[in-house]
This record gives sequence, C-alpha cells and structure tokens, in this order.
Amino acid sequence: MAKLFTNTHEWAEVDGKNVKVGISNYAASELGDIVFVSLPSVGDKVSYGESFMEVESVKSVAEINAPVNGKIIAVNEELDAAPELINQDAEGTWIAEIELDGDVPADLMTKEDYEKTL
Amino acid sequence: MIYKTALYDEHVALGGKIVEFAGWELPVQYSGVIAEHDAVRNRVGVFDVSHMGEFKVSGENAEAQINALVTNDVRGMYDGQARYSLLPNESGGAVDDILIYRENEKLFWIVVNAANTEKDFAWITSHAKMKDVVIKNVSNKVSEFAVQGPKAIDVLKKLVKSEDDIPQKYYSAKGPLYLKSGAFAYISRTGYTGEDGFELYIKNENAVKTFRDILDAGEEFGILPCGLGARDVLRLEAAMPLYGHELSDTIPVDEVGLGFAIKLFKDVDFVGKKAITDHIPEYERIGAFVEKGIAREGSEVYFNDIKVGYVTSGTHSPLLGRGICMIRIKKGYKDKELEVDIRGRRSKLEITPLPFYKRQK
Repeated sequence: MAKLFTNTHEWAEVDGKNVKVGISNYAASELGDIVFVSLPSVGDKVSYGESFMEVESVKSVAEINAPVNGKIIAVNEELDAAPELINQDAEGTWIAEIELDGDVPADLMTKEDYEKTL
Repeated sequence: MIYKTALYDEHVALGGKIVEFAGWELPVQYSGVIAEHDAVRNRVGVFDVSHMGEFKVSGENAEAQINALVTNDVRGMYDGQARYSLLPNESGGAVDDILIYRENEKLFWIVVNAANTEKDFAWITSHAKMKDVVIKNVSNKVSEFAVQGPKAIDVLKKLVKSEDDIPQKYYSAKGPLYLKSGAFAYISRTGYTGEDGFELYIKNENAVKTFRDILDAGEEFGILPCGLGARDVLRLEAAMPLYGHELSDTIPVDEVGLGFAIKLFKDVDFVGKKAITDHIPEYERIGAFVEKGIAREGSEVYFNDIKVGYVTSGTHSPLLGRGICMIRIKKGYKDKELEVDIRGRRSKLEITPLPFYKRQK
C-alpha cells in the first residue's frame, strides 16, 4: 500500500475506509530522540489538518495533524513503552488508525512529491 | 549580534545541529541527546562551553572586593580552589550564579553564565568601589571545554604532561600550565552534569587543536561530542539550577535550596545582605516525577484548583525513563497531592528528594 504524505510531515496509508497514520522519516530525524507519544483515544473525532496528538522529543513537543477526516479506531500501544520505534523506522511505524469520513484529501502527496518539498 | 565560538566549524563538521542559545550559535546535539547523555553517564563526553563568560579580578583587594559582592565567603580559599556563589542584587534576587576561582591571594577568576556576561560585568564594575582592584572581562579570549563522565580522568591523563597537573579534589583547579600539546590551560575539576569531570579554560588560538586532542584521546573510551540538549538533561537529573529557570533577578536567592552558598553570618557586608536576611521565604524548590508525559518549563502546578507553583525546568530523564521536573512551589504544599497542567491535561506529580541522580563515588 503506497503512503501519501502531508506538507506537515505525516503519512497516511489508505486501505479502503481504514487509514493508518505515522510521521515521515524526515520529521523523526528533525525531532531527534522521541521519548513520549501522547496517543489519542479510540473514538476521538479528527479533522484533516488539525492537531490530534503529540510526540515529544527530549527537547521539544510536536503536534501531529490528522491527514484525513474521521474517527480514531485504533492506536499503536507499543509506543507507550517504546516511543523510540518511531526513530528507528518512522515510515514503518504506525501511530494511530483512522476510519475515513468522506474522501482522501486531494492535496496529499506521493512520497516522491513530498520529498521534493524538503 | 550572534556569536560563534572558536569551535563553530568543528561543530558543523562533526554533524552538530546548530541553534541559537544565549546569543551564541551552538550545537544542541550531534549524534542525539540520548546517546550523548549515555556517553557522559557511562563513559565520557566533551562539551564546548566557550560561551561562558570569564572575568579576571586582580589586585591587593581582590578578595575583599569579591566578598562584598557575593553571598558565599571567599576568604580562606586555597590557591586553585573553586567556590560556587550567588551574585545577589539589592533586593535579594540573583544577578547571576557564578563560579569563583582563587589562583592566588591577589588573583581571582569569576565564571558567569553566557547570557549574563555583559550584565554581570556592568553590575560588578559599577558596584566594586574598592581601590587596588582591577576587573577585566576576558570572555572573548577564552574557550572552555567540559570533559565529563567516569572516564574523563583517563582522557585528561593523556593530555597533561604529568599527573601532578590533574586537580585531585572536586572543586579545585591546576594551572595555568601547558598541556602536552603546548596549549596553555587552566584545568578545573568541576562540571554541570553530576559526573566527575573537568573544565578546561584555553586560549582561543589553541581551541580547535585542544578540542581535537580531547576527541582523539577519548576515542578508546567511547567519547562523544555533546550538545546543549544533553547538557540540560544531565544538569536537570543532577538538580543543578540554571539561571533564567530556577534563578532570576526576581526570585529570592533564599528560596532555591542553595543555602550552602549563602553565608548570612559572614562578618562582611555584601550587596543584598540586608534584603536576604530580612526575607522570609515563601517558596521553595522541589523535584517531582511526572506520572504521564513531560512537564516543561512554565507548566502550572495545582493542589485541587489552587495554583501553588510552576515548573522551572522539566524534561524526560533517559536514566530514569520518565518525566522529571523542578518546581517553584509555595511553602506548605509539597506534601499534598499535586498535579501539573500539561497543555490543558492534568498529570499527577510524585514529589521526590533532589537530586534525581547522584553518582556513586
């Protein structure tokens, strides 16, 4: 499944109505060592482009924006104990899963197009 | 004006991520805060702290003049001894916190925080009224490196001509002397990490060579160059105050748990002595673990709905694997059930004695 990227460095992997969400390798490397992931709650409604959770590195907090509209249906609880998984493989580590409401926003980019913006 | 240390190009070449700090361009990290923290706690790390300010105080009345400006007592120090002190203002707040070295009875050095260098120099020179004292700001001629960690001494041994050049006691110094490389140095057994370690004061022209020598000498011990990020985490675990956080012009110096450096009974008048003596502390500095998340500087602390304090410094401790913070809190509340507000969410605090980390000797 190909990933689509936002200009705020999140990725979305769309499988029908189910959308897995994470952050880009670039974002993880810019943040540095991630030490805490404040996961959203299952059932939370999220809106495209709006912050729905945070990841914290030693020195800073980064808000993660929803890449689509929808509702949280799952969170990666492994990250509670091992937030460093994101640094190890940001684009292979999903953080939350959203049930899509409506269409995938048209301005999400392919990996290739996203990397051109960096 | 943004300053660069003599090491700027070295930092960039070593992959340092450069940020502005206290008017200086310095690396916040090289390989990563956690790896650098680990190097210092378990092996050795080196920091460029050339942004710190250094003043030379010399003359017949150098000691008496310093004693009339600081909370600690600098009388009776031996040559090569270092002493921590507050530099108070008239109302009992802190102009800065400083390190004072006695090189000899007529020559002292004062090391100040980078952000305060100009303020401190103006303060000290305008309040130094005694004759036969010369005060010079030599900050822009001096580079400073901190070599910190259990293997710091092994690194030092490879840099000095003789082991007699290594200060034996914590808070003592040797020099000025020449390192094996020929660099002129003042070597102090001090630091800001909670580990054993050394701070080397070096002339700028020898800075790059000495920094490379330290990295080369430390290679066999797994040395890492370390940035400001790791430095902040390390000092916070060791519960060392940072000016602008635990200390400021308006925070009374007797509310920060630094009584060891405040000698109200010294029979010498000093700036701020009356204000400090007359003051009844209303706040105190405490430490806490955060149940969930990381409480950062400025986060408010509550007992039920009463705001009773705020976080002065907070981070994630890689050593303890949890959020730690220092709090300025109203007296009488530290034994209550406290919560911290982290961007709108409350998290429980577990009060713990400071420091969070103390090295085993």
